[in-house]
Amino acid sequence: MPNKCKHMEKLNATLEQYEQYRKFIIYKDKVLALGNDSLEKTIAIAVSLCLVCAVLVSFAAVALKPLQVDNKAADMKKNILDVAGLLEEGADINAAFSDKIEAKLVDLETGDYVEGINADEYDQRKAAKDPAQSILIPKDKDIAHIRVKAKYAKVFLVKEAGAVKSIILPINGYGLWSTLYGFLSLDADGQTVQSINFYDQQETPGLGGEVVNPNWRALWKGKKVYAESDQPALDKGLIGEADIGEPALSLIKGTVDTTKPGSQYQVDGLAGATLTSTGVTNLVRYWTSNEGFAPYLKKVRTVKGVKS
Amino acid sequence: MSAILNDETKKVLTTPLVNDNPITLQVLGICSALAVTSQMSTSLIMALALTLVTAFSSAAISAIRNHIPSSIRIIVQMTIIASLVIVVDQILKAFAYDVSKQLSVFVGLIITNCIVMGRAEGYAMKNPPLESFMDGIGNGLGYSLILIIVAFFRETLGSGKLLGIEVFKLTKDGGWYDPNGLMLLPPSAFFIIGLIIWGVRQWKPSQAEKVEFKILSIAHGEGGHH
Repeated sequence: MPNKCKHMEKLNATLEQYEQYRKFIIYKDKVLALGNDSLEKTIAIAVSLCLVCAVLVSFAAVALKPLQVDNKAADMKKNILDVAGLLEEGADINAAFSDKIEAKLVDLETGDYVEGINADEYDQRKAAKDPAQSILIPKDKDIAHIRVKAKYAKVFLVKEAGAVKSIILPINGYGLWSTLYGFLSLDADGQTVQSINFYDQQETPGLGGEVVNPNWRALWKGKKVYAESDQPALDKGLIGEADIGEPALSLIKGTVDTTKPGSQYQVDGLAGATLTSTGVTNLVRYWTSNEGFAPYLKKVRTVKGVKS
Repeated sequence: MSAILNDETKKVLTTPLVNDNPITLQVLGICSALAVTSQMSTSLIMALALTLVTAFSSAAISAIRNHIPSSIRIIVQMTIIASLVIVVDQILKAFAYDVSKQLSVFVGLIITNCIVMGRAEGYAMKNPPLESFMDGIGNGLGYSLILIIVAFFRETLGSGKLLGIEVFKLTKDGGWYDPNGLMLLPPSAFFIIGLIIWGVRQWKPSQAEKVEFKILSIAHGEGGHH
């Protein structure tokens, strides 16, 4: 008996659905037969069009989301490998990345590593937008014009045979049209530049957009970030944390004269893109200052090392 | 094939290329023609995206044209166009990530591209879906043609490359060609499009607009009242 009841219920439900469908069809025909300018038809058309379009758009967004996330992540990894000089044409990016590169979180204020948060899943750009995870930058110190920074920065270490070979720092700052996002790769001494690249920027193609030009980027190799104070003493760890020197690297107008003293702190400016060049100088200076990675790099450079 | 390509479809496919080109004759869609043409690769993707959006939006609008209330017809057209553009943008982000990074906001701006709206309002509202679809393709191709010409000059003269491949060796890389920086900036597209319009109207004088008024010479004009 109860079995039969269930069947009846099901049948009733189907019938009801059919009835509703029939009503819908009748209503549809009625609306379509109305004059185009009647109020009812106007509203019915507007509502149904919105529904159809919303379904179409959300379907595309949701269905393609995994691919887009993968693309973004792969692009980021590709840029990190590129700035570390490890990018090989045709190699598997994911494998090369997990093989050679280790992500670490650095507390920008203390310069120590942060434990307890999974660095691989941490998104610094997202964190910078979250008031709970970010710090407002005082106006007078905000030379890179970014307004907020994440409390914790995600740095990448390239290790070879257990020793750190390069330190890759995330940097960002305002150019002419857009905020440039990129990476600065330093030698293990926290002072010598290996490379720089920008993975997200909307500067003028051919002018400011030349920040992505490999020829220009090659000029950065071997440049020094901080004004040298007393290198031998530093090497012996005799100098205190405060004395590693001020950020000195900048872009100049024209071509750097390598015979002149101080040329190790200078990179050719971008021709025809004064404002982008100034922006790049400012953002590199900002991120190597006490506001940025100076506390961390100080610990890297002195024998004390970075606490974790 | 001949059944599909009747005279009307043939006409709507081919006339927008030269005789009724959306950019050179109707002077529509200039904004994106200035913005994306500094490189050939972005121009090609933009042209493809715009052609597809125009074709499908025209077809969709034409399919429901008899039921669109005239009081909300523009917003109905916009909703359909905007939805298609978002779908195209999502597809680009999923399958052509590098290009979508370069095109950035301009894909989104197809929504406000006058060509799409112009074809929807001017053709699709009065004609059946298949013809409207073909009309969209035709106008998209007309737009593409101009974009490709402009991008060809801008990329070769501005950065010595074509599709990213070196054509002229630049002086900064030890070559002979000193690139023309103006070509990389949007105003250069104005000059090139202007020259194209001039050229087309010389070739087909019927496209030149009639002079709306004549300036009288002073000698025979109002001599002044004493």
